[in-house]
Amino acid sequence: MTDLLQRIGARTLGIAERLGRAFLFLLRALAAVPSLVLRPGLVVQQIYSVGVLSLVIIVVSGVFVGLVLGLQGHTTLVNFGAEQSLGVLVALSIVRELGPVVTALLFAGRAGSALAAEIGLMKSTEQLSGMEMMAVDPMRRIIAPRLLAGFIAMPLLAAIFSFLAIFGSYVIGVGLLAVDAGAFWGQMQDAVDFREDILNGVIKSLAFGFVASWIAVFEGYDAEPTSAGVSRATTRAVVHTSLAVLGLDFVLTALMFA
Amino acid sequence: MADPTAAGDVLVEIRDLHFARGERVLFDGVDLRIRRGEVTAIMGPSGTGKTTLLKLIGGQLQPASGTVHVDGENVHALSLGDLYVLRRRMGMLFQSGALFTDLNVFDNVAFPLHEHTDLPETLVRDLVLLKLQAVGLRGARDLMPAQLSGGMARRVALARAIALDPTMVMYDEPFTGQDPISMGVLVDLIRRLNDSLNLTSIIVSHDVAETARIADRIHVLSGGRIVESGTPEALYASESEWVRQFMHGLPDGPVPFHYPAAVGFDDDLLGDAGSRRAS
Repeated sequence: MTDLLQRIGARTLGIAERLGRAFLFLLRALAAVPSLVLRPGLVVQQIYSVGVLSLVIIVVSGVFVGLVLGLQGHTTLVNFGAEQSLGVLVALSIVRELGPVVTALLFAGRAGSALAAEIGLMKSTEQLSGMEMMAVDPMRRIIAPRLLAGFIAMPLLAAIFSFLAIFGSYVIGVGLLAVDAGAFWGQMQDAVDFREDILNGVIKSLAFGFVASWIAVFEGYDAEPTSAGVSRATTRAVVHTSLAVLGLDFVLTALMFA
Repeated sequence: MADPTAAGDVLVEIRDLHFARGERVLFDGVDLRIRRGEVTAIMGPSGTGKTTLLKLIGGQLQPASGTVHVDGENVHALSLGDLYVLRRRMGMLFQSGALFTDLNVFDNVAFPLHEHTDLPETLVRDLVLLKLQAVGLRGARDLMPAQLSGGMARRVALARAIALDPTMVMYDEPFTGQDPISMGVLVDLIRRLNDSLNLTSIIVSHDVAETARIADRIHVLSGGRIVESGTPEALYASESEWVRQFMHGLPDGPVPFHYPAAVGFDDDLLGDAGSRRAS
């Protein structure tokens, strides 16, 4: 019994210590962000690698989520004779929820894992240590640009995802299932509010972008410098980001819409 | 303000240094002076914390107590900004080379120049080629780190370490895992660069013969202290049995062949301990 209590205690302390390290790490990284004003090239390079290189998966997923949502929405709505409202259903669920959340989950899998593995490997091959000895602060040169790039790229990716998903459901609904184009767009225009829906969606994706990049760079930086350590860090970056995004989404939704 | 104790020909002065990793005490009162312009070797068996000592000199680790002065400055009392300024005068060659794997040889050597200077690109190019020529790898400038042999990678890392013309260069196990030819190249290169660039070199190593060939002075580290210091000749002829065992690589002596075990060999094989584990 005491053994069990001891183990629970040790685990809890371990988690608290890691959280503390993560916050201190974040403070140091944020303190390094202003120095990037002089080196915008570093951020642009990272936006390319976390943003542009994630485009394929975002585009393909966006279109398919739209197609499926169009089909499913139509099947249900037609029972109530409300199939002309397909545009509203699709637009609201995508702009408010699916756009930010699915983009963040895909981002964790595509870019978060890559960030954690890259930084973890740099640590285990002493590249970060070498940089420190060359009087170059890894926080400024490596961590801060990646953190900022994720924060900037996520809302853009979510916007592209949402746009393509709505386009996908338009193709299915109007092109295949005889929903009227005027009703599809007109009802959407009436029902979707800029502040209430679109802006809240953007806020969500900003929050997810921040959390996803923070977790990814922290896991990489905190990785044990062995191959097993880097592999664990990569897995953790994806799992923790996914859980954090889902949890945060619930909290944000409750605050925004409840 | 220069510390009076570190004045003159002493570049690095370590005083009463204590450092522990968890339960394990690595340094238990190390005193060490490294003179300007010399090649100084710090030797000792694996696991005595030689690499840790370099990291303490470079300010990457904090000692439990004691001081490290480099060029008159107390490394662990400096602010992070001042520490980075001091580090521009230090070069460090990591055992793995620590080259940036996404940059080619040229860009690796140019990295510190790009980070710390505003020199025009043509001048950076000339400087990089000079440094690469000094280590004999001007022709390899377009290769990626993955295409280099271990010895070449270390030479590129050396070119990068001297890119900013440091006062001192620290070498972490530079000879480990090298074939005889690249070993010879590195041994010769370290001495030649030290003398031609007016450097101070600190080599951490357990390769006795190679290190003794080029070192002006050797400090032997054991049990958390410096047990003996002197020229290579003096150490080869040391009175201490331990130092003789180390310098001549004898398998048994004051350092036993067997790692201490809790129970005797016979008991371990036939006694209770064995049967318990097997059941």
